[in-house]
Amino acid sequence: MNNLLKIEKISKNYHSQQGEIEAIKNLSFDVNEGEFIAIVGSSGCGKSTLLNIIAGLEKQSSGTLKIKDSKSIGYMLQQDALFPWLTIKENVLLGLKIQKKVTNDKLAYADYLLDSYNLGEFKNKYPSCLSGGMRQRVALIRTLVLNPEIILLDEPFSALDYQTRLAVSDDVYKIIKKEKKTAIMVTHDLAEAISMADKIIVLTKRPAIIKKIYDINLTNKSNPIENRKAKEFAYYYDLIWKDIDAFVK
Amino acid sequence: MHLSNEQKDYIRRIRFKKRFVLVSQIILGFTFLLTWELCSKYKIINSFIFSSPLLCFKTIWELLITGELLTHFSATMIEIVIAFVLGAFLGLGIAILLYLVPILNKIIDPYLTMINSLPKVALGPMLIIWCGANNKTIIFMALLINLIVSILTILNGFKNADKIKLKLLNSFGANKIDIMRYLILPGSIGTIMSTLKLNISMTLIGVIMGEFLVSKRGIGYLIIYGTQVFNLNLVISGIFILLFISYLMFIIVSLAEKFFCKYK
Ligand SMILES: Nc1ncnc2c1ncn2[C@@H]1O[C@H](COP(=O)(O)OP(=O)(O)OP(=O)(O)O)[C@@H](O)[C@H]1O
Ligand SMILES: [Mg+2]
Repeated sequence: MNNLLKIEKISKNYHSQQGEIEAIKNLSFDVNEGEFIAIVGSSGCGKSTLLNIIAGLEKQSSGTLKIKDSKSIGYMLQQDALFPWLTIKENVLLGLKIQKKVTNDKLAYADYLLDSYNLGEFKNKYPSCLSGGMRQRVALIRTLVLNPEIILLDEPFSALDYQTRLAVSDDVYKIIKKEKKTAIMVTHDLAEAISMADKIIVLTKRPAIIKKIYDINLTNKSNPIENRKAKEFAYYYDLIWKDIDAFVK
Repeated sequence: MHLSNEQKDYIRRIRFKKRFVLVSQIILGFTFLLTWELCSKYKIINSFIFSSPLLCFKTIWELLITGELLTHFSATMIEIVIAFVLGAFLGLGIAILLYLVPILNKIIDPYLTMINSLPKVALGPMLIIWCGANNKTIIFMALLINLIVSILTILNGFKNADKIKLKLLNSFGANKIDIMRYLILPGSIGTIMSTLKLNISMTLIGVIMGEFLVSKRGIGYLIIYGTQVFNLNLVISGIFILLFISYLMFIIVSLAEKFFCKYK
C-alpha cells in the first residue's frame, strides 16, 4: 500500500500568558491510500490540534508532516457550518469560489454529487429547510467538490441525535468509500470508531501520545450499521475500552 | 390546496391576534388624543401650556399652507439623511478597517471609549466657531453622536462571527478579504441593521441638538422659536413632526432589513 501521509514525531506546544501547554507530543503514524482511520482519546487531549496541523491551519512545534504529492486535504468540522444566507448549491461551491477553481466541470460535479446523494431538489433552497442529517451530507459534499485526497473529520456527528447519528455516519461512510477517499476521523464514540475504521489510534490524555494502534478486522465488513453486528465487534469494544478506561479514571 | 381544520383554525387565530394588536394600538393612540383634547376643552388642563391635538393639527395645517412646513421639514430631513448615511457608511468602513487591522484597533481602543462617553453636546459651541452657524455644524454634531457608537457596535458584531465557520473558510485557504466578504459582512447584517435603527435616534438627537444651537431653520428651530414666543402649539406640533420622522426612518430601515435577510 501507498503512504499518502506520513507523520513523524510531531509535537505541538501552545503558548499563553498563563504558561505553556503541551498539546501533543512525539506523534508518529502513517496513513495509507483508501484507509479509514479513527482517532479516539479523552476530551481536550489534542485531537483537534492534530487535525488542524494536518490541515495546515496550525504549525507543529516540531516534527515533520509528509504528504504525498502535497495532495489536497478536506476538513469536515464538528458542526456542519453551513452558511444560512447561501443556498445549498452556493454553500457547496463556497470552497471552489474561494480557491478560484469554479469551472464547468466542477459545477457539473457539484450537481452530480447533490443529485446522487438525494439533495438535488434542495439545490436552490436555504439550509434552514434541511434536517440535521441532510445538512451534514451537504457539508461533506462541500468538502468533496474540492476533490481532496484525504478527508479529515472532527467529531462530525456529535451535534446529531443518536438515531440520526447512526444513519448519517452510515451515509458519510458510504459516500467516502464510493468516492474512494482516505479519511481520518476523530470521535468520542468507540462503537462508531469500530464500525467505521480500518485502524483505530488511541491517544493518551494531554499531552497526547499514541497509546496503541489497533487494526480492525471484521468478518463480512460492509457498512457501519451492518458492521455493528459483526461477531468481533464486542471483542474490539472490550479490548479498546480498557485502554481508554485506564486514563478516564 | 387543501387545509385541515386545525390548520385553518391556527391561521384564523394568528390573524385574529394580529388584528387585535392593530385595533388595540389604534384605540390606545386615539384614546390618548381624545383624553387630551377633552381635558383641554373642559379646562382640566391649561391648553395654553399643554396645547391640544386639534390645536396642533391646526398649527401644522397653517404651516403647511404657508409653505413653512416644507422649508423646515426639508431642512431637517436633509440634515438627518446626510448625517445618517455618512454615519452608516463611515461607521461600517471604519469598523471593517479596524477588524482587518486588529493592532490599529488595539491602539485606538481607549480613545474610542473616551470619545464615546464624552457628551458631544459639550462640543457644540466650539463646532459653531469652527464650522459657522450653518447646517454643517448640525450635520457634524449628529455625525459625532452616531458615528462612534456605530463603529463600536458593528465591530463588536464582527468579532462575534461564528468561529467554526471561520475555521472552515481558513481550511479553504481564504484570505482576510474572502473572510470579510463571505462570512463577516453577511453574518453581521442583523447587527448592522440594529445599529442603523439605533443610529436613527442618535442622528435625530444630534440634528435637533444642532438646530437648537444654530437656530436658523428646521424642526428644532421651530421648537426653540415656539418656546421663545411661548407658542406651545408650535412646540408640540414640532414634536409630533419629529415622531413622524423617526417612525418613517424606522420603517425604511425595517424594509431594508427584510430585503437583506430574506433567507430566514
Ligand atoms: N489556540 C490555542 N491556544 C492555547 N491552547 C490551546 C489552543 N487550542 C487548543 N489548546 C489547548 O490544547 C489542548 C488540546 O486541545 P484540542 O482542541 O486539540 O483537544 P481535543 O482533543 O480536540 O478536545 P475535545 O475532545 O474537547 O474536542 C487543550 O488543553 C486546549 O486547551
Ligand atoms: Mg476537538
